[in-house]
Amino acid sequence: MSAAERLSFRRGTRLGIPFAAVAFLLSSSFGVVAVQAGFSPLQAVVMSVLVNAGAAQFAATAIVAAGGGVLPGVLAATLMNARFLAMGAALAPSLPGGPVSRALQGQANVDPSWAVANNGDGTFDRWVLFGASAPQYVGWVTGTLVGALSGDLLGDVERLGLDAIYPTFFLALLVTELRRPASRRVALVGAVVSLALVPFVPPGVPILVAASVALIGLAR
Amino acid sequence: MTGPAQDHLWLLIGLIAVVTVVIKAFGPVVLGGRALPPAATKVLVLLPAVVLAALVATSTLADGPALQVDARTVGVAVGGFLLWRGRPMLLAVVVAVAVTAALRAVG
Repeated sequence: MSAAERLSFRRGTRLGIPFAAVAFLLSSSFGVVAVQAGFSPLQAVVMSVLVNAGAAQFAATAIVAAGGGVLPGVLAATLMNARFLAMGAALAPSLPGGPVSRALQGQANVDPSWAVANNGDGTFDRWVLFGASAPQYVGWVTGTLVGALSGDLLGDVERLGLDAIYPTFFLALLVTELRRPASRRVALVGAVVSLALVPFVPPGVPILVAASVALIGLAR
Repeated sequence: MTGPAQDHLWLLIGLIAVVTVVIKAFGPVVLGGRALPPAATKVLVLLPAVVLAALVATSTLADGPALQVDARTVGVAVGGFLLWRGRPMLLAVVVAVAVTAALRAVG
């Protein structure tokens, strides 16, 4: 790590810490929901350690809670994660090294880190990405542990309003993006497209289809 | 829950973990260190705003296949107002949760 890279990593960590606090809250609510859906606390924690993707974990857990099987659960999680294909493609030119190294670096790709590492010109600062992801991973795993162990004490997560954490978390990231005027109209169109599809397609698909609205960029 | 159901959950967790690792590795491995064509960059700079807007909209207004305005919608809107006024994310999240819970308690 060069001096400049160390600086970037530290900047990423600083930027990542508020997101880590929210990740902790978010994964606590995941832990509670997972245990209530029938996961053991160990399973909830192992899932957060291995998967580390909130939308996918919540989606799969919702399907287990509703009595769905393994394949629908995996499919829902996959659809929720499909955005990482596009985000990873954007990241690719900024990640040097051989295939294995790049595959490993790609694992640091989580939404807030991707957003803060984005230089806004199509390139990414990978050390900011790593620095921002490190505290979030710690927050995500410890939050899951706390939630999974206290799940039965808390009772109904909806009564406590914990289901508002996830949308507000994404809204915070969105507000940053909307500082760029070019993003505002496509964001609005993306939101409308996703909502229009909700009644007709499985969860996750509206996000994927809405993502295609970014193709408007070609017309500029 | 015991027996096969627990095994199913381990299978679910294992499969989702593998799928997630592969999805996250795909772009970086397949595209490598090559720069993207300018047309792709024009699309990609818009992508986060679109995906985030869709995530916010669906996670705020969708309940299964139905669209509805409920306590959570109001809570998130209040959180959004705070964010827009430049308040810290953690404060916005805590307020959104509190408003949602309070509305459910009285409703």
